[in-house]
Amino acid sequence: MTADAASAAASAPAGAPGGPARGPRARTGASYLRYGAGKVGGAAVSLLAVLLTSFFLFRLIPGDPVKYMTGGRQVSAEQLAAYRREFGLDLPLWEQFTDYCRKALTGDLGTSYQFRAPVIDKITEALPNTLLLTGTAFVLYTALGILLGTRSAWRHGGLGDRLNTGLALTLYSIPSFWLGLLLIIVFSVGMGPVPGLFPTGGMESGGEEGFAYVVDVAHHLVLPVVTLVAVDYGQTLLVTRSALLDEMGSDYLTTARAKGLRDDLVRRRHAVPNALLPTVTLVFINLGRTVAGVILVETVFSWPGLGGLFYQALSVPDLPLVQGLFFVFAAAVIIMNTLADLIYPLLDPRVGR
Amino acid sequence: MNTQDQHGRARPGPRGRRSRTLRFGTAALMLWAGLATPLGPAPQRAEAAEDKQVLTVAVAQSVDSLSPFLASRLVSTSIHRLTYEYLTNYDPKDARPIPGFATKWSPSADKLTWTYTIRSDSTWSDGKKATAEDAAWTFNKIMTDEGAAPANGSYVTNFRKVTAPSPTKLVIELKKPQATMAALDVPIVPKHIWEKVGDFSEFNNDKTFPIVGNGPFVLTGYKPDSYVRLKPNKDFWRGAPKFDELVFRYYKDGDAAVAALQKGEVSFVQGLTPAQAAALEKQKNIKVNDAPGRRFYALATNPGARTKDGERFGDGHESLLDEKVRHALFMAVDRETIIDKVFQGHAVKGEGYIPPRFPQYFWKPSAGQELAHDPAKAAQLLDEAGYRKNGDGKRVGKDGKPINYRVLCHATDPNDKAVGQYLTEWWGELGIGVTLNCLDNVSDPWLAGTYDLAFDGWSVNPDPDFVLSIHTCAALPTTPDAIGATDNFICDKKYDDLYAQQLAEYDPARRAEIVKRMESRLYDTGYMNVMAYPNAVEAYRTDQIKSIETMPSDAGNIYGQDGYWSWWSAVPAAAEESSGGSGSTGVVVGVVAGVVVLAGAGVFLAMRRRSTADDRE
Repeated sequence: MTADAASAAASAPAGAPGGPARGPRARTGASYLRYGAGKVGGAAVSLLAVLLTSFFLFRLIPGDPVKYMTGGRQVSAEQLAAYRREFGLDLPLWEQFTDYCRKALTGDLGTSYQFRAPVIDKITEALPNTLLLTGTAFVLYTALGILLGTRSAWRHGGLGDRLNTGLALTLYSIPSFWLGLLLIIVFSVGMGPVPGLFPTGGMESGGEEGFAYVVDVAHHLVLPVVTLVAVDYGQTLLVTRSALLDEMGSDYLTTARAKGLRDDLVRRRHAVPNALLPTVTLVFINLGRTVAGVILVETVFSWPGLGGLFYQALSVPDLPLVQGLFFVFAAAVIIMNTLADLIYPLLDPRVGR
Repeated sequence: MNTQDQHGRARPGPRGRRSRTLRFGTAALMLWAGLATPLGPAPQRAEAAEDKQVLTVAVAQSVDSLSPFLASRLVSTSIHRLTYEYLTNYDPKDARPIPGFATKWSPSADKLTWTYTIRSDSTWSDGKKATAEDAAWTFNKIMTDEGAAPANGSYVTNFRKVTAPSPTKLVIELKKPQATMAALDVPIVPKHIWEKVGDFSEFNNDKTFPIVGNGPFVLTGYKPDSYVRLKPNKDFWRGAPKFDELVFRYYKDGDAAVAALQKGEVSFVQGLTPAQAAALEKQKNIKVNDAPGRRFYALATNPGARTKDGERFGDGHESLLDEKVRHALFMAVDRETIIDKVFQGHAVKGEGYIPPRFPQYFWKPSAGQELAHDPAKAAQLLDEAGYRKNGDGKRVGKDGKPINYRVLCHATDPNDKAVGQYLTEWWGELGIGVTLNCLDNVSDPWLAGTYDLAFDGWSVNPDPDFVLSIHTCAALPTTPDAIGATDNFICDKKYDDLYAQQLAEYDPARRAEIVKRMESRLYDTGYMNVMAYPNAVEAYRTDQIKSIETMPSDAGNIYGQDGYWSWWSAVPAAAEESSGGSGSTGVVVGVVAGVVVLAGAGVFLAMRRRSTADDRE
């Protein structure tokens, strides 16, 4: 959900390669700079737009933060007024907005209502946890997706391909929280002959340090990563497979084979690099998404990441925290898309001329 | 593209590939280990004694703050109960006030001065003596610094002056009489630590451990949404807790917490659904505690939203202003069915406003007064009130339109939705339409008075003052845009008079009598239909916890008590019976298994690749 919202706010990366290659090599450097500057400038404008619109976007959420935070306990009317004063909610909207802009442009994202800590602290506290989980999963599902996708395409129609795509599609359509819970029941609690090998949740047992701590975290990481990889690798597999299938009939592959190249080399050296562009787009979109965390998997495995923090912030609504998180999520997507845009011309010289 | 070039550069297959993979793998592993290593200081290492008895409690709610001046969530205030003393505590048997940091307390003849005797055998965990001076400083801080008032400011609004004439004497002077002075749930903090704090509104007390306190436990470690760790306070005046460590561990998903209990990773879980409770009841070494709760679950009527000055706003249905209509709606609700079908037996049928868990304040209607389930009588009352059925069988309002009530429900509460379906059916038979308005956040229509009825519920404290105060005229908002402390805009003179009387009545028995009359009055108005008192459904491992005190002692709950009784009293089961599977062997086995699986997959892929490549060469 968060990633979608963020992607919508971000500029989409340039798609397929443009027209035929032309122009002398000398012009390439200058035109790449021009191209790059345009992309970076566009990204900066997008970031600014996100920063400004998020203020209004989240004020559309129904609900009063003060009432939510004081709900169910003893508060006096004076206390309620004090809360509103403290959060600046008693000021007119335009004044709140100018205040927000002034602070945001100096790098101050405000103070969380519910945790009474600087938003930036709450984000930096949970960001490494999220990156560890989603980053590890990202590397694994991307590698697995490309590897299996290539193999599927190369021997398409065969039993291996059918099994591969079938399994990937099945896993892709399984709800991640359900798969996660299933893994917990089988591999954490243990079922039948399977012993309970992994912890049921959390990121650490607590009280470990040094190498023991790293091992402990790795132990906690296994099941959530397996869940994410299982659910996500199918997408990369399918994109890689179809892109490679498009290339398979090309003349240059026949030429390569005619020269007596090993099939393995024809695939790795010729077909895959040319078919990789759509996958690169997907990789960067996924990379942008890793920051937003994965609310469902984080919840099932009680992983203390950004996804859970965003959910908590929304339910108040804890406006400064929501705004800050939204900005970080959107920024990650924008930056990754811009990076993708900058890398395309290097992968395929036809882009960016 | 020059294929020759590429061909020329290509190194002979597998070796190059493998070394590249190896380099990449090493780099990735280093990066990954960097992420896994904490940025902050390493958490305090627990003593690695093999036979250490740890009581692990699964919690889901995030800590809002560890500062007693800011924390308002149940998980945080429960931790404060364990780590700081309050002036008084509550008897686990019947929730009556008993000595805490104060050993005795008494009012002056004019009811305006309370004198507390502070115990002389309480020390802070850093060795300094805890005195009346600490208590006086805590209260004065809340009274004078707005930044220190968010959590407990409501307790001191009627305080004129707080002083400590001697280390064992605390004097609180009031503006007007207040009967709740033995129920001040304010953690007393050590002055010598807290006077160094600058901005109280942003100090969360979560950076340096152990945190100095004088409760039965000392807070030794905290990591947001991961754990809260506590050690027993060996010098606690009532006696040290028996477990070697108490850990609150985070499980954000209820089913995962249940799995952790089944495995023995946690000793205790709470907030179970009927299905989870049923599943756990069959398991060995697990005891399900289906205890009377402290909440009431009610249907609140919009009595016509208004301000303190009587200005009307909102658009509650005019028919609800008629007491007969309210009684008819009351009588059409079958509370037995709600207990059986919606709560599946994990609740007690609702009667008066305060749950039976608090026996001294529990009240129920007499036989003649009771608005018992009687749909025929309900139809008759509606006829009498002039809301008759039209040709289509719908009851028509004074405006000539069929009556349709908008019922506010919490989208996050499955009980609301289920009861809502029953209301649609029951009131539909009376000829009244129901529109269920289920929202994530009900506060906007609620505060604006743009609803007819709403699902409502409050947790009741041992002192009922607060839940009674939210139905007084004084709690109404000052303007339609302001937020008042009112629950649902009730304003009734008779009720208000009784409220004022009980607040000034210092004799507990006489005060309880007045409180019961208030409940009776509230019942008669028909504004609040208390349908059920939901149970607290919890479970713990009997091979980890041998015994634990519930509150009330006879049959009560464990989590979120008014006091520290449960965790303080818990006795560990014999060490050899413990079945905790999260020991270091488990870690090693798990990691080894993970590595083996990954390596196996890698080898399999490499071999497959190699063999096919060989075939095709």
